Amino acid sequence: MRFLARRLGFYLLTAWAAITLNFLIPRLMPGDPVELLVARMKGNVEPAAIDAMRRAFGISDASLWQQYLDYLGNLAQGELGRSITFFPTEVSTVIADSLPWTVGLVGVATLISYLVGTSLGVLLAWKRGTWLDGVLPAATFMHAVPYFWVALALVFVFGVTLRWFPVSRAYGLEVMPGFTGEFAGSVLYHAALPAVTIVVASMADRILGMRNVMVTTLGEDYVVMAEAKGLTSRRVMWAYAARNAILPNITSFALSLGFVVGGSVLTEIVFSYPGIGSMLLKGVENEDFPLMQGIFLVISLAVLVANFLADLAYVVLDPRTRQESE
Amino acid sequence: MKIKTGIGILAFFTLMAVFGPLLIGADPAATSDAGLQGPSARHWLGTTQTGQDVLTQIVYGARVSMGVGVLSAVIATVIAVAVGLVGGYVGGAVDEALSVLTNIFLVLPALPLIIVLAGYLPQRGVTSVAVVIAVTGWAWGARVLRAQTLSVRRRDFVQAARASGEGPLRIVFFEILPVLLPVIATSFLATVVAAILAEAGLSFLGLADLSTVSWGSMLYFAQNGQALLIGAWWWFIPPGLCIALIGTGLALVNFGIDEIANPRLRTVKARRKARA
Repeated sequence: MRFLARRLGFYLLTAWAAITLNFLIPRLMPGDPVELLVARMKGNVEPAAIDAMRRAFGISDASLWQQYLDYLGNLAQGELGRSITFFPTEVSTVIADSLPWTVGLVGVATLISYLVGTSLGVLLAWKRGTWLDGVLPAATFMHAVPYFWVALALVFVFGVTLRWFPVSRAYGLEVMPGFTGEFAGSVLYHAALPAVTIVVASMADRILGMRNVMVTTLGEDYVVMAEAKGLTSRRVMWAYAARNAILPNITSFALSLGFVVGGSVLTEIVFSYPGIGSMLLKGVENEDFPLMQGIFLVISLAVLVANFLADLAYVVLDPRTRQESE
Repeated sequence: MKIKTGIGILAFFTLMAVFGPLLIGADPAATSDAGLQGPSARHWLGTTQTGQDVLTQIVYGARVSMGVGVLSAVIATVIAVAVGLVGGYVGGAVDEALSVLTNIFLVLPALPLIIVLAGYLPQRGVTSVAVVIAVTGWAWGARVLRAQTLSVRRRDFVQAARASGEGPLRIVFFEILPVLLPVIATSFLATVVAAILAEAGLSFLGLADLSTVSWGSMLYFAQNGQALLIGAWWWFIPPGLCIALIGTGLALVNFGIDEIANPRLRTVKARRKARA
């Protein structure tokens, strides 16, 4: 388990770095956020309000070190300050309301994209030299397409032109939220296009990555040996080649998560999906610095947790990472 | 073949960015009465809501989008080279610290960080946006370069340079750096594409300089001008297509290089068929 302990240590360090970065950004960026706000309100702010804003940002005359300790203390109690957009709601409440939508949408879409993309990559490597190679140029193109552009195209074709799917909100206006089949159906129906966007835009990376590692693996002696033994091609393909090829694939998948999350933020915005990405835009539009920072922190921590889950999968698949302890 | 196609695509867009505006001459922001017209002989890619010519905007937008991409990739590559080569060559505690820093920036989601940083910018000019993107985009290159430096460090010519009394800085930047130029070039190209994508995302959110025409700001105005609901596909399809094509060009170059390094990846005709 030394492998996992080391990874866990790294994630804790990274979490601390994200938390500290969050503290430093408003203090290191050129200009004072409060003055920026006052300037954008054209100076129509009372001095008392300016003081209150400074306090809300945790900017005081105390030493930087004292401010840092106060910030950490507040954070430990889940205190992220109050949102300016939704004043006087706490930032943590705004995040708690929107996070489930994002985790549901992005989580499911990423899982589908990973499973389908990886399987396709295995298949493309196995059947290379056949008509399936025709998928490669398409995948090469899709691999660089901006998420929000895919979203716009899907809205245009399936939302506006064909009218098959709704193009905004997370559920219909006519259904009441609750544990009913009707509500669940409406949620799935509304999630269809955003989910397809994320799947389509992120899958090409998995296909190309898996194919290339798999092709290299197929040339290994143990694969030739397995074939020579007369094992069924399905068994050689999945149990011998794919299982070994998947390890580097998991690492690159974990590293791409930050990118997927960034793309999903933009996707949510196109679909006005009530997740954390749309909230981030609201925060930015309203100069709502506490909300922006709270969301950055939560997104970073979520990506770290997802990375750790990927490491767990790695340990399950690669016996060598378990051997040290036995 | 792949490399040639890829370089062709990249060269086309570079030429468009450099010479296109000179050829077209028109003002990309100039409005006219002919709003929301589809592609025609007069407006090859149609017009926007305010009657701006989409093709003119695409050509001028190439300059801003690729300019931001190249500028921030230059900054990011300088950081990556410094961190990767120094860490890889010096080793020990310095390397540990730089590796941890690199891995932290690799794991943290870049776009949300860019959005937060851009939110704090007093002025969102082209340069400051490029710097913000570079600050979050150097880690991948640093990681690749560190790994390469580790393997080059052991080679004879480096040992010889050390034995002849060259200082560590000289060895890193005058002995090792030239050998790694191909790696630096590929990592630079990849960073350009990532930066173009980041700039497009930022402009799309209205967080970059919206007074200059870039592919991202075109998409911003298309989305806010209800291009989708009106059915003005010619307004939002071209900018995204340009971004995706540049990415494709780069990927083709990279895959081509991979295939030279690893012949197994080449798509030969049905070698396995006989066995299947």
